[in-house]
Amino acid sequence: MARGVSWTAEGRRMTRGAKLARALLLFISFGFLGLLLLAPLGAVLVQALAKGLGAWLESFSDPDTISSIKLTLLTAAIVVPANTLFGICAAWAIARFDFRGKSLLVTLIDLPFAVSPVIAGLVLVFLFGVNGWFGEWLLDRNISIIFAVPGIVLATIFISFPYVARELIPLMQQQGSEEEVAALSLGAGPWITFLRITLPKIRWGLLYGVILCNARVMGEFGAVSVVSGHIRGVTNTMPLQVEILYNEYNFVAAFAVASLLAMLAILTLIAKTLVEWRSGIGGH
Amino acid sequence: MAGQRFVAASPLPGFGLTFGFTTFFLSAAILLPLGALMIRALGIPPTELIDILLDERAVASYRLSFGAAALAAAINAVFGFIVAWSLVRYDFPGRRLLDTMIDLPFALPTAVSGIALATVFSPTGWLGQQLALAGVQVAYTWLGVVVALVLIGLPFVVRSVQPALIEVGKELEDAAESLGAGGFHVFRRVILPTILPALATGFTLAFARGIGEYGSVVFISGNLPLKTEITPLLIVIKLEQYDYAGAAALGFFMLVMSFVMLFAINLVQGWGQRRMGIGATR
Repeated sequence: MARGVSWTAEGRRMTRGAKLARALLLFISFGFLGLLLLAPLGAVLVQALAKGLGAWLESFSDPDTISSIKLTLLTAAIVVPANTLFGICAAWAIARFDFRGKSLLVTLIDLPFAVSPVIAGLVLVFLFGVNGWFGEWLLDRNISIIFAVPGIVLATIFISFPYVARELIPLMQQQGSEEEVAALSLGAGPWITFLRITLPKIRWGLLYGVILCNARVMGEFGAVSVVSGHIRGVTNTMPLQVEILYNEYNFVAAFAVASLLAMLAILTLIAKTLVEWRSGIGGH
Repeated sequence: MAGQRFVAASPLPGFGLTFGFTTFFLSAAILLPLGALMIRALGIPPTELIDILLDERAVASYRLSFGAAALAAAINAVFGFIVAWSLVRYDFPGRRLLDTMIDLPFALPTAVSGIALATVFSPTGWLGQQLALAGVQVAYTWLGVVVALVLIGLPFVVRSVQPALIEVGKELEDAAESLGAGGFHVFRRVILPTILPALATGFTLAFARGIGEYGSVVFISGNLPLKTEITPLLIVIKLEQYDYAGAAALGFFMLVMSFVMLFAINLVQGWGQRRMGIGATR
């Protein structure tokens, strides 16, 4: 870049007034994002390492913390495949067929994004809690859903429900189905057609949706907090463990667990960016 | 469409299976639970329902939740626009990194951003100390709620405005400038009207997310009844006190507001599409 000459993103020379405006707007952008995004992220790392790497590592020998990590992984192992399967089915039905009430179905699939996470937990209490619709029936059979792992799984399914579907539906609509029709007319079976034709076509969009879904699943707090009951070592996911440790003023441990979640977030952003580059999908 | 038939004829297989699974899973995981809440709330006698909804503590929580969400969305409309503008129009070192970072609030668990903001803005924190010198306290006041909601809402505005700014293109502005329009005039008369639908979409999405937000707010807000208690927290408190009617009534109210926001978002997006043929895709 030549000295004293500024350029726009489109590679144009700028006038003096435009240069001044550029400097001002970039200063505001960096300042705003620095305060809002980098300061909190930095605080997590500084607090987690406040007493050194040893104390950070020590935090993960707490059995309650270990079990919270296990529960978060278990929840993700159930919820992400379930919502992925749902997303593929929904996208196949919606993108490949014309039927009545399609736009209503699409709106309903997006509904969880509009609902507060607290509501996602609350509705399950009215369904499966002691006073809920199925409360007595479950009690008679000694099945716990609320204040137990199944409730956490159901709440997490609720809030991460649309992620895969909403990536795949527009992608598959745009791709069309000529190749599938050709394969079928040449005698390929439906499963072969799906695995060999459709799946390769949608793999990047699918991966993108799965990455976003997983980040939300592992990080969910509000919905899970309502149904978990906060039983130590039993029904605490990592975000709930962060809350408990923080409220006990055990800041190093709280921020140590938080730093793991922050790393997950950064990995998510990196993976998401890589998929965008590889596939050319904008994601927005 | 297929005339009398429910689904149009297609050479592709699998409609029954995929449609069946989709509607079953949707009904079981989303619609049945939401129905349980609605029926529970509508089972409350109307006078009692109104009493719960107009209770002083509840009304104070709406004022905070809706007021802070609106203020945060407005702040994001201004700064989110500036950020989007910088990302679209300028080339500078670190642009791609900054662009990626915009999605951090989507990826970062809300509990993590909650404790991080509470730490940074507490009276002894990095920013809290500086603000205390100016006599401003953010943590444990309503300002803390606004800060948390600004963080959560930022990506909605930036990601709505970015594609619109790309689409407006430099040509329109160049044409205006070559006809003698000054910088601010171009902004007010050419750029702003063109991206207004996208900006409105971003504002509405950020506002809708803000009124329901819980995790990032509860750590920084201090949670004082009548003062810094958001509506989602009040629902949690009622539930913990076994006040199921109260939780159902407030939950029902929040759910109705979600439907209103969905409707508003569709309206704003439709307006944008009719007006410009552009508008946010989300």
